[in-house]
Amino acid sequence: MDNNSINNTNSIPPRRGESGGLPSWRVELRNKIKAKDRANIARVHMPELDPNVRNKNNEEVNLGLTAEMAMQEAQRCLDCANPTCMNGCPVSIDIPRFIKNIERGEFLEAAKVLKETSALPAVCGRVCPQEKQCEAQCIHLKMKKEAVAIGHLERFAADYERESGNISVPEVAPANGMKIAVVGSGPAGLSFAGDMAKYGYDVTVFEALHEIGGVLKYGIPEFRLPNDIVDVEIDNLRAMGVKFLNNIIVGKTISVDDLKEEGFNGVFVGSGAGLPRFMNCKGENLVGIMSSNEYLTRVNLMDAANYESDTPVFKGKNVAVIGGGNTAMDSVRTAKRLGAERAMIVYRRSEEEMPARLEEVKHAKEEGIEFLTLHNPIEYIGNERGQVKQMILQVMELGEPDESGRRSPVVVEGATKLIDVDEVIVSVGVSPNPLVPQSVKGLNVSKWGTIEVDKETMQSDVPMIFAGGDIVRGGATVILAMGDGRRAAKSMDNWLQSK
Amino acid sequence: MNKIVSKEYFSPNVVKFEVEAPLIAKARKAGHFVIVRVGAKGERIPLTIADADIEKGTITLVVQRMGVSSCRLCSLNEGDYITDLVGPLGQATHIENFGTVVCACGGVGTAPMLPIVKAMKEAGNKVITVQAARTKDLIILEEQMRKYSDELIIMTDDGSYGNKGLVTDGIEMVIQREKVDMCVTIGPAIMMKFVSLLTKKHDIPTIASLNTIMVDGTGMCGACRVTVGGKTKFVCVDGPEFDAHQVDFDEMMMRLGGYKDMEQEDMKKINN
Repeated sequence: MDNNSINNTNSIPPRRGESGGLPSWRVELRNKIKAKDRANIARVHMPELDPNVRNKNNEEVNLGLTAEMAMQEAQRCLDCANPTCMNGCPVSIDIPRFIKNIERGEFLEAAKVLKETSALPAVCGRVCPQEKQCEAQCIHLKMKKEAVAIGHLERFAADYERESGNISVPEVAPANGMKIAVVGSGPAGLSFAGDMAKYGYDVTVFEALHEIGGVLKYGIPEFRLPNDIVDVEIDNLRAMGVKFLNNIIVGKTISVDDLKEEGFNGVFVGSGAGLPRFMNCKGENLVGIMSSNEYLTRVNLMDAANYESDTPVFKGKNVAVIGGGNTAMDSVRTAKRLGAERAMIVYRRSEEEMPARLEEVKHAKEEGIEFLTLHNPIEYIGNERGQVKQMILQVMELGEPDESGRRSPVVVEGATKLIDVDEVIVSVGVSPNPLVPQSVKGLNVSKWGTIEVDKETMQSDVPMIFAGGDIVRGGATVILAMGDGRRAAKSMDNWLQSK
Repeated sequence: MNKIVSKEYFSPNVVKFEVEAPLIAKARKAGHFVIVRVGAKGERIPLTIADADIEKGTITLVVQRMGVSSCRLCSLNEGDYITDLVGPLGQATHIENFGTVVCACGGVGTAPMLPIVKAMKEAGNKVITVQAARTKDLIILEEQMRKYSDELIIMTDDGSYGNKGLVTDGIEMVIQREKVDMCVTIGPAIMMKFVSLLTKKHDIPTIASLNTIMVDGTGMCGACRVTVGGKTKFVCVDGPEFDAHQVDFDEMMMRLGGYKDMEQEDMKKINN
């Protein structure tokens, strides 16, 4: 799924009491500094752990802004009359209003603004590709300046609120007596659940794994997104009345028909794209070769690198990660942290085509990750015990641009390389998990296994079932999944209220 | 949820648990499995459901003490709770009236065979169960197996009970005297491999229930992958049962041994 596809259909209603214009504090703030001077302030840089320290531990790399840094960065925002940045945000956060609250030092107020539209601001501030979303539409770019660091500021406000111990619980409407089931507790499900709770529904989230959070827990590593931070945001949803049931697989443990019988009025499917793809090359089932989902699940969800954990994980010395997305970067940086002497990215195109965030690529390089671009594995060779010991890489070059406009990789005949490896992580994409789609009669599923929904309403052919996130899009991003969740909540609410 | 309502020792190393799990009891079919986790730092391991009681809302699990996780599970007692229990997972056994079915099981594979024997019998098959163990003390569930089978042939390696020999010797006896339409096998990988080689020789369709390393058990990771008919399959969602004649058992055994060193290291935690 294209990270650049942005949903512009989300218009948020004007805030109560503000429909007629800006509050006076904001007008005063706007007039305090000339726009030209604001634009000339340099963008703050997020402090980071030293690369040679952080590549040996699991601590968060980005350290967050101080209050002074945040207030200074907030000054750069021009508080545009027509804030284009908001068009770039899939959940339509009121960006200027939260930033101006930071500028005037009302950090808790800023956090509240975030929570009006986002169920997981501390998460999004960390993992959203802002450079392709909100920040890509910042007015500063038109003036050849760096965009306002919206993501850093979002993270600052959410972290400040959490650390202050004064976490606000968003207001919820009086209970309307209707029960809603959510399948999957990843970003799509959490965002949907938060909005439905606000509308007054009785929401229950069903999760197949033993932990709540989906990819935020099993996929994204601690050094990018600490699990404790995810838990605080989930607790906030609990405080809004959302119920969570783990170890239940809808489609296996209980069926959608069971849910209907138990009085659920609507079902939102956010079961994700958890099915890893392999390349089917020779030797791919040797011991030591695994999907990034397996590797990251062992390390992140099962804490396998910790001696106390019963789950084992290989700690290879020469580790190759196949792929160029964020998951590949997460895997290779994890391998380095588990002691790999040589941790390599093997990617069949050039660095320019890499789908991973620029920041992740930069961090990986600083941490000593090698990049073997324009290489593609064609065979793995094992030892007598069936453990991988070498890989044969095909050298590639870039050919003509294809329909998508990207230059496609072409084999350089006869050019191969033999490289020693004792662990290989395959990170070439995921497919939608078929468990739920297969178990519901009448649900229209595409040839890729995604659930077909109306793109505006996120409603499926089975009227009570709505869906969003990767189960609809294939592998996409956290924030697009959250945007789907919000849209589905809005339209399921409309549908139920008009019935 | 997941309260252990009864615990029974089949042998010092094989334990039968009845666990509260009303939703799973209701939804499960022969051939399904569950994933369990014991303790906050526990790993997720697959166990086939041996039986279920919908009215009591319980499922039966039979566990052999082997590694760190099965030892942790076996150390739980009546009244204790299993930290996490999720299922039923996998595809159910394909049950129909085949004619004469040989159910060949060994070791702790006997427990998951029981619901298949029952279901095959209920579907009108003539069921001949060949049950094997190293020695007499390791024969479990004999009475129940006898109850649901038309004939039960017991094999022990040392001849201390039933016939002396391996599970394949027992199957061979049946094949020599009558026509067999279908064979189902559950047990150690090496046993299933030899059962498969034997029935292939005699052209008898054979289903093997594979037990591989798993993490999530829902198709999310591919830890359990095996090669079946030249294609990579995930045991947890495509299986656990496959056409035995198409399974690459050597590769499967190689993958099962992948974490051996770490498993031994982990066992120190239990032994200390």
